[in-house]
Amino acid sequence: MTLHSDYILQVHGLSKSFSGVKALDDVQLNLRRGEVHALMGENGAGKSTFMKILIGLLTPDAGEVLFEGNELKNSDVREALKQGISMIHQEILIVPELTVAQNIFLGRESTQWFSSWLNDRDINQQAEILLKQIGLDVSPKTKMKYLSVAEMQMVEIAKAISNNAKVIIMDEPTSAISDKEVATLFGIIKDLKIKGVSVIYISHKMDEIYQIADMITVLRDGKYIGTKSAAELDRKSLITMMVGREINTLFPEKSASKGEVVLSIKNLSQRGKFENISFDVHAGEVVGIAGLMGAGRTEIARAIFGLDAFSSGEIVLKGHKITIESPRDAIKNGIGYVSEDRKGVGFIPALSVKHNITLASLSNHTKAGMIQDKSESAVATQMMNDLKIKASGMDQKVTHLSGGNQQKVVIGKVLLASPEIIILDEPTRGIDIGAKFEIYKLINELTTKGIAVVVISSELPEILGMSDRIVVLSKGKQTALLSREEATQETIMKYAMLH
Amino acid sequence: MNNYFTQLGNSTKQRARGMGQYGIFIAFVVICLILSLITPKFLTVSNWTIIVTQVSINALLAFGVTFVIITGGIDLSLGSMVAVTGIVASLLAHPDDYPVIVPILAGLLAGVFMGAFNGAIITKSKVPPFIVTLGTMTIGRGVALILSKGRPVSNLSDLFNFIGGGNILGIPFPIIVLILAFVVCSLVLKKTILGRYIYAVGGNEQAAKASGIRVNKVKMAVYTICGGLAALAGILLTSRITTGQPNAGAGFELDAIAAAIIGGTSTSGGTGTMTGTLIGALLIGVISNGLDLLNVTSYYQQVVMGAIIIGAVVLDGWNQSAAQR
Repeated sequence: MTLHSDYILQVHGLSKSFSGVKALDDVQLNLRRGEVHALMGENGAGKSTFMKILIGLLTPDAGEVLFEGNELKNSDVREALKQGISMIHQEILIVPELTVAQNIFLGRESTQWFSSWLNDRDINQQAEILLKQIGLDVSPKTKMKYLSVAEMQMVEIAKAISNNAKVIIMDEPTSAISDKEVATLFGIIKDLKIKGVSVIYISHKMDEIYQIADMITVLRDGKYIGTKSAAELDRKSLITMMVGREINTLFPEKSASKGEVVLSIKNLSQRGKFENISFDVHAGEVVGIAGLMGAGRTEIARAIFGLDAFSSGEIVLKGHKITIESPRDAIKNGIGYVSEDRKGVGFIPALSVKHNITLASLSNHTKAGMIQDKSESAVATQMMNDLKIKASGMDQKVTHLSGGNQQKVVIGKVLLASPEIIILDEPTRGIDIGAKFEIYKLINELTTKGIAVVVISSELPEILGMSDRIVVLSKGKQTALLSREEATQETIMKYAMLH
Repeated sequence: MNNYFTQLGNSTKQRARGMGQYGIFIAFVVICLILSLITPKFLTVSNWTIIVTQVSINALLAFGVTFVIITGGIDLSLGSMVAVTGIVASLLAHPDDYPVIVPILAGLLAGVFMGAFNGAIITKSKVPPFIVTLGTMTIGRGVALILSKGRPVSNLSDLFNFIGGGNILGIPFPIIVLILAFVVCSLVLKKTILGRYIYAVGGNEQAAKASGIRVNKVKMAVYTICGGLAALAGILLTSRITTGQPNAGAGFELDAIAAAIIGGTSTSGGTGTMTGTLIGALLIGVISNGLDLLNVTSYYQQVVMGAIIIGAVVLDGWNQSAAQR
């Protein structure tokens, strides 16, 4: 053993540039055995570039990576895996048509008969042991596509363990799983720690960081800002380290006054998903919808917006019952929806910022069937300024923007269709604190203009900070409608867990 | 669930504008330069008139299928539509039967109908376009044989034969049709709402739907337009060979798809331009013409053509990943 035997991974002076722009500049990290080390920073701080270097997807321009005291010169993912560095990606990389066991052993298949014949029985047995170890109750023979996102993540962890990983990198592992599943995940991480496995944990969720991390390293604009033990670093200082300035209150003061009822949902039901949901939304009001993952929050929003059909109930707009059979009907009736699934439903990656922003209101910019480029560009520029969308120009493709800016593009698109009601489903998922704050400010501006807002979020502080009233769901049933005064984290959780 | 195979996050830096878009144009110019250096016959007005006239039919089909491919679909029934529309037109084009406008309109109508039929089945049944149009490809061929009783339809009026064989001010009529079709298709794709929606549907169907776009209508439109353009090609071809052939157009769909792909249209949808497709079609024409002039047998021409299809897409992939680094 070398001098630094308690450090499994030591990184010094790591730098990487892309076409002249420094993505990483003299970054360092010291990771002990059995330590959970949080890597924090806003989007674009360089976290993913850093991790891609560690797992051999990118080659650094300068710097040194010592793994168990030996310099690691891997520009190859296979080599990094062999050494014992595994990563669980935010966008889970699995093959849906293969079974759980086949996914776990993908690339390391067990064979028999002169290694020419796959031995599925062997990998099924091995997988069974692994799954038991992490407490995941699925058969190794189940096809991956039938698993929930959380279960898929567990399978990825099983895969890392089966690789004899000594360092597991987890990139936003909780972005798509429920609170209960988060608890299971944290249990597994604690087990891993006991076994001496180190975890590099990337997340934007402060609560999680303080629950699970021993050490916190912060990056900003590709530079190393500092490393502190989680116990010594309070939230405010952490945010200051990340943002580089102080943010005193995350939730801006509300100034809008409540107007008439704009939207009434009456006894809305969708078989097997939710039943008898009823609430009103007033002009200038924010109604929050809270509940655990799978409680039916997104399903309700999709039904109101016409993306899915509902089986019974009424949607009443300013006293008139309306029929909504497609998003088109919803948009015509002044309802806008910003989906939680930004990439799947939100924007069109291959189109430019301009073309995405005007997509839902394109008919306002035509003459004799032809699109009028001038008027289209004018509104797009205006919206980009209003929402402070950071892009190299309005012709930049949306794929190349950061998560926060992509979200603003989607919001801009919805706003241009001049909605009176806007439903925001997980509006700040996966975006950094600075951008979150701007979105909160934007929601306030909308309410001041008299727009009715519905916010769905799995982050309780966000729901509590933004909403005037809160609808709480549990397993598809509405268990409470709380006023701002009644609502606390505890009451919401109590109703969200109600049977 | 599209994200399974997504690369490990995109770099947020804007992809530098690679030569992807212009690569095929540069290749086209270079090939023309080389050909004009080694064979003096290549760069002459008469030779180019021949090239463009020959290219016109494939280009019309390629324009149609470009719309379809950008939405993420495919149309394998192009060749059969050429045959059916050609037979329908030729059956009504005997001298002294009807005015020439009747066979033309009937042919176009037949194409539009067949295209709409493709679109209707694809949007209603949710069966993949590849399978639906594979079916209608065979159905169409059968219909062409039934209508013509398996025999060529000849003895067409002079005016009808003018469409494929005549000139206006020395310019062959097919070239005029080609230019008009190119201008209209480009405008539709670049400047109209339909064009924007075509890109949107192919780029992300769910997001398009959530933006209030009637995705099925857009799909219906592209297959119908594709049928209409196939009819135009069918009428031109019938008129040029002065007979309606039930076996005409076999395999034309593959040349058309090749032109679109060489021109930079991605088969996964969401990208492509009419200019690219036109250059793709011209490139195919120029190469087969050049190889003819150099007395290379047609057997070798097929090998070269196949290599070019693959080469164009590989080149495009290199350009894109090079620009991304």
